[in-house]
Amino acid sequence: MPGITREEVAHLGRLARLELSGDELDHFAGQLDDIIGSVARVSEVAGEDVPPTSHPLPLTNVMRPDTVRPSLTPQQALSGAPAQEQQRFKVPQILGED
Amino acid sequence: MTDIIRLTAAQSAEKIASGELTAVEVTEAHLARIEAVDEKVHAFLHVDREGALAQARAVDAKRAAGEPLGPLAGVPLAMKDIFTTEGVPTTVGSKILEGWIPPYDSTVTKRLKAADVVILGKTNMDEFAMGSSTENSAYGPTGNPWDLTRIPGGSGGGSAAALASYQAPLALGTDTGGSIRQPAAVTGTVGVKPTYGGVSRYGMVAFSSSLDQGGPCARTVLDAALLHEAIGGHDPMDSTSIDAPVPPVVDAARSGDVRGMRIGVVKELGGEGYQPGVVQRFNESVEVLRELGAEVVEISCPSFVYALAAYYLIAPSECSSNLARFDAMRYGMRVGDDGTRSAEEVTALTREAGFGAEVKRRIILGTYALSSGYYDAYYGSAQKVRTLITRDFEKAFESVDVLVSPTTPTTAFPLGERVDDPLAMYLVDLCTIPVNLAGNAAMSLPCGLAPEDGLPVGLQIIAPALKDDRLYRVGAAVEAAFVKKWGHPLLEEAPQL
Repeated sequence: MPGITREEVAHLGRLARLELSGDELDHFAGQLDDIIGSVARVSEVAGEDVPPTSHPLPLTNVMRPDTVRPSLTPQQALSGAPAQEQQRFKVPQILGED
Repeated sequence: MTDIIRLTAAQSAEKIASGELTAVEVTEAHLARIEAVDEKVHAFLHVDREGALAQARAVDAKRAAGEPLGPLAGVPLAMKDIFTTEGVPTTVGSKILEGWIPPYDSTVTKRLKAADVVILGKTNMDEFAMGSSTENSAYGPTGNPWDLTRIPGGSGGGSAAALASYQAPLALGTDTGGSIRQPAAVTGTVGVKPTYGGVSRYGMVAFSSSLDQGGPCARTVLDAALLHEAIGGHDPMDSTSIDAPVPPVVDAARSGDVRGMRIGVVKELGGEGYQPGVVQRFNESVEVLRELGAEVVEISCPSFVYALAAYYLIAPSECSSNLARFDAMRYGMRVGDDGTRSAEEVTALTREAGFGAEVKRRIILGTYALSSGYYDAYYGSAQKVRTLITRDFEKAFESVDVLVSPTTPTTAFPLGERVDDPLAMYLVDLCTIPVNLAGNAAMSLPCGLAPEDGLPVGLQIIAPALKDDRLYRVGAAVEAAFVKKWGHPLLEEAPQL
């Protein structure tokens, strides 16, 4: 299994939307390398014939009746918003200027 | 007042129902206890004095009006700060949710209110339930009431410490890899991870959705059963909630008869690497079960040695996806929104500022395990191990009714010892993790003090899915035998705070 480098941690941080500091990149790279090294053994044990389990319950598409019932008011839904305007969540710009 | 806080939940409820005590008296006694000792213990992140007293007054009014009271009416409870509570702060031990007031109750919160349980406040925990010592809380660690310089376990260390220091007779926890059972073990209290799907996850902040399970914490097996019954059962708001009746846990806790039961000792969960005093107390528990008329055999579960590795791929993978919701847009912290930065930059700055080290480590680990090129080797293989572990349990339960093991390899270790050594910290959950991966039920209850350090040791009992009642049957039998042997409950040996 390949080792995990500082650059890889920075890349993973970008994928996960984490603006990691330089110190964290150094610190996490070593720790993650140790953790990956120790969990990699899972690939030694299970053969091709073993099916994967993603969940303890064998469920698919659980439905409940589609009935009208009380829900949060717009005011309640917005109560924790960092910023709001005209009964909507106000967010920073999503698309570039041009 | 001292006597009130030492009552069990069942005793308190009985005295409130008979009129010997009022719910307000019981609540005030616990609020006074919190006031007196929690500065030292730090079990609570938030105490809802007014809300608790209002609920207690409502119970007393109900009784005065001659209305029927439930089996836990007026009994105080400490709630892990992972369940949403309408109008009461919910932080999950994280800075990213500091000051957030949920606009709705979790299903468990709703059921407790309907059962007239008095919610005292919210308890400390490792951030997003990731940890085994409560040191990953953004709001400082909790002390173990047996020795305040040691860990109370985690992630539900606040709930366990509240019970062990008589700040509440009941508490709630969540168990993703042992976060109910391990704190119970190291504080000398009782904790149950119900069968996956047995207690609703609606309004319980998600860490690893296929593993997370809420459950009861208490000082006695019967109290845990009463709480289990109050919060359990099908919930249409949680699509992974099992549509089946709650197993007869209260009847089982009242019976405590293990004659003729077959009990398996898990060969792989013990021996080398386990603290001698833990092994000694565990072996004594097995002897007690034999004396009580159970048949004890050794059972091998060979795949369990891979459980920890599988868990530290599956849980971080699910966490990296679940925690994507903390994007600084709809609720919680927002950092760096100065009008020049994009939404994406604001999200990344906020998550960097709002999450602690362990949460970041797990998000990165999960992102790695799920990334293309590594998915099959890591996440895919871990899911196969999960199948093997489930098969080990199925095979074991063909020949025994329950399995037993120590809950943890060691007693409570000093605060600070493993906080920046993730691999050493992860080892704490060695014995509890297989149950989460398979989705069945398990309990930890006290089985004595380790001779070398005088700290509590936990016995873990494991039952098949939906047979949670067996935990209470065996747990009640062991508890009664030990209390008889010791002459008092274990917690009475804890130092005065």
